[in-house]
Amino acid sequence: MGAGTEPSLHSAGLTPVAVVAAVAAVVIAAGAGLAVGPVNIAVHRVGLQLLDALPAVSLDSGLSSTHAAIVEQIRLPRVALGLLVGATLSMSGAAYQGAFRNPLADPYLLGIAAGAGLGATVAITSNLGDGAGAFDPVPMAAFAGALVSVSVSYLVGHIGGRSVASLILAGIAVASFLTACQTYVLQANSDAFRQIFSWILGRIATSGWSEPALLLPYFAVTATVVLRYRRALDVLSVGDEEAAALGIAPRRVRLIVVLAASLGAAAAVSVSGLIGFVGIIVPHAVRLVFGASNRVVLPLSILFGAAFMTLADLAARTVLTPAELPIGVVTAFLGAPFFALVLRTSRREIW
Amino acid sequence: MTIEAAGSAAPAVAVEPAGSAASQLQSLPVPCAGPSVPSSPAAPASKTTRSASAPPEIRLRGVGVNLDGADVLRGVDFEAAAGEWINIVGANGAGKTTLLRALLGLVSYSGDITVAGLQGRRHRRRRARKLAYVPQAPVVPPGMHVSDYVLLGRVPHRGVFAGETPEDVGVVIETLARLDLSDFAGRTVQSLSGGERQRVVIARALAQQADVLLLDEPTTALDLGHQQEVLELVQTLRLERGLTVVATLHDLTLAARYGDRVAIISDGSVVATGPPAEVLTTDNIAAHFGATVRIIDDLEGPVIVPTAGLRSEQPEHRRPAAGRLESHSGGNHEQKRKP
Repeated sequence: MGAGTEPSLHSAGLTPVAVVAAVAAVVIAAGAGLAVGPVNIAVHRVGLQLLDALPAVSLDSGLSSTHAAIVEQIRLPRVALGLLVGATLSMSGAAYQGAFRNPLADPYLLGIAAGAGLGATVAITSNLGDGAGAFDPVPMAAFAGALVSVSVSYLVGHIGGRSVASLILAGIAVASFLTACQTYVLQANSDAFRQIFSWILGRIATSGWSEPALLLPYFAVTATVVLRYRRALDVLSVGDEEAAALGIAPRRVRLIVVLAASLGAAAAVSVSGLIGFVGIIVPHAVRLVFGASNRVVLPLSILFGAAFMTLADLAARTVLTPAELPIGVVTAFLGAPFFALVLRTSRREIW
Repeated sequence: MTIEAAGSAAPAVAVEPAGSAASQLQSLPVPCAGPSVPSSPAAPASKTTRSASAPPEIRLRGVGVNLDGADVLRGVDFEAAAGEWINIVGANGAGKTTLLRALLGLVSYSGDITVAGLQGRRHRRRRARKLAYVPQAPVVPPGMHVSDYVLLGRVPHRGVFAGETPEDVGVVIETLARLDLSDFAGRTVQSLSGGERQRVVIARALAQQADVLLLDEPTTALDLGHQQEVLELVQTLRLERGLTVVATLHDLTLAARYGDRVAIISDGSVVATGPPAEVLTTDNIAAHFGATVRIIDDLEGPVIVPTAGLRSEQPEHRRPAAGRLESHSGGNHEQKRKP
């Protein structure tokens, strides 16, 4: 080590290659989502049209006004919602896995799915906002149900010994209870079966910008908190005891990260239903390819989750045109084989 | 490695302050290690004379720890001077690890603990800058590289939200080089052998640049050569950096060889503290470990050898051991002394 040489050390962190790959994935997915559909539109025209929409930019994309409207008013909000939902669910899953040091953790671990499901079921069956148009009670009820279930899980889990396992077990108990409640409500209102089932399978349907606008602040809050704690989660990876000996407060870190991730996941679920699998496979695929440090996994999960969800939505709405597949089906159908491939080929030890 | 380290063992002996021998002995006139241990007046008399000027780096006063209704530690008085190496020995479940965890503030306790000027369980981060911990079974995060693992030792200095500074990187590079780990920096901790892994964990503790090093069974799961290597390394580093070392050890011979003092912990209490030769007697070992041993005096300290088959032949060894004062030396017929 000469005096003048800058000391260097291999350190886990985002490599430029990883960032470029992730951003490229998002751009490609968004481009495809905007260009492909019942009406195919050339990608470069889509790009020009988007640039033209920016203030102080005037370009001629050569698109007819109908096509321009399809891009800007139908596909763009939907792509934006897909990006946000995918980013949020995938980030929340990665955060849960880091906070619980458990590869099987996903955003629904503490009962978010069951709570949101019950909330949505109650809202749908009781026809709360029927006909009101502007006010859709389902997302609000789902959001409230999700937050209540996480809160109850946390309270119960803390009473029962405050260990990570007791928290997870509390989540299982709460989820089972709420699922039972939901099943009961469902049985009592079998006419709403189809509607409820379609909500449970999830969809990225939007009639404008209200859903993306609703989700954006939650995504922003969750991303800010979770990314800020990415190094703390790496310290937590040596276990609570050693992390405490290194001067951090493991329970506080876990509480903050889990609450932030839950908030984001609840918001995503409330607008898009229960889209499974994203919160598990995207973070794991990122780990397998780019490494297990939370400094890598969290930011890349946001980007790849966004890209993955947008592509899955593209498949959901084009495969059976004009019908739409439930997106939960697509994420599993496309995601599982892809994940199996990554799992098979990667030589990294991540868990 | 072993050769140069072995050479450094010599000054260690010189470090031990002269005249501390007799005063350190805290003999215990306790009949047996059973639950009915009468409160011994020996504890207050254990005030060390070595640290008359400087306050002790570690001080426990009447420390008790209750875990799930069981008194794992009770009335523990214990001191360590700055730069001292104390080995804590005791049977399984005696409370050795709990003592370390109390020092680290990881369990709630009654009584007073002062470590490097910090009192109580607060100041988590400041404590981590003073006190480094090598656990018995460290959690090895999957896929984490050696360099990142050692960098964790810098967390108390940089804070958990900040990235590593050039200074952090410099400390880690230096630490890796010092422990011959530079070539391992880019490998995952998981891929290392037991001995290499132990050195990496020690490297993380050293990167904390703490004054006090707590080692919990640092030689468990290591072969003889690596046990020696690790302890020699700690010895060398202690002398280089003036570290205070508190280690729990199962191997009494190693505990005698590497420590300035040995403390026996039995059933949650410190029952004897002092220089190895005075504390590690056949009677003490019989009383607190339930083991029949022979002690051979070697140039470097007592060698504790279990005696096979003698337990049944000499039953008086187990009971009389209890009632006897063990402070007098050489009187024991089992203790062979070199001329």
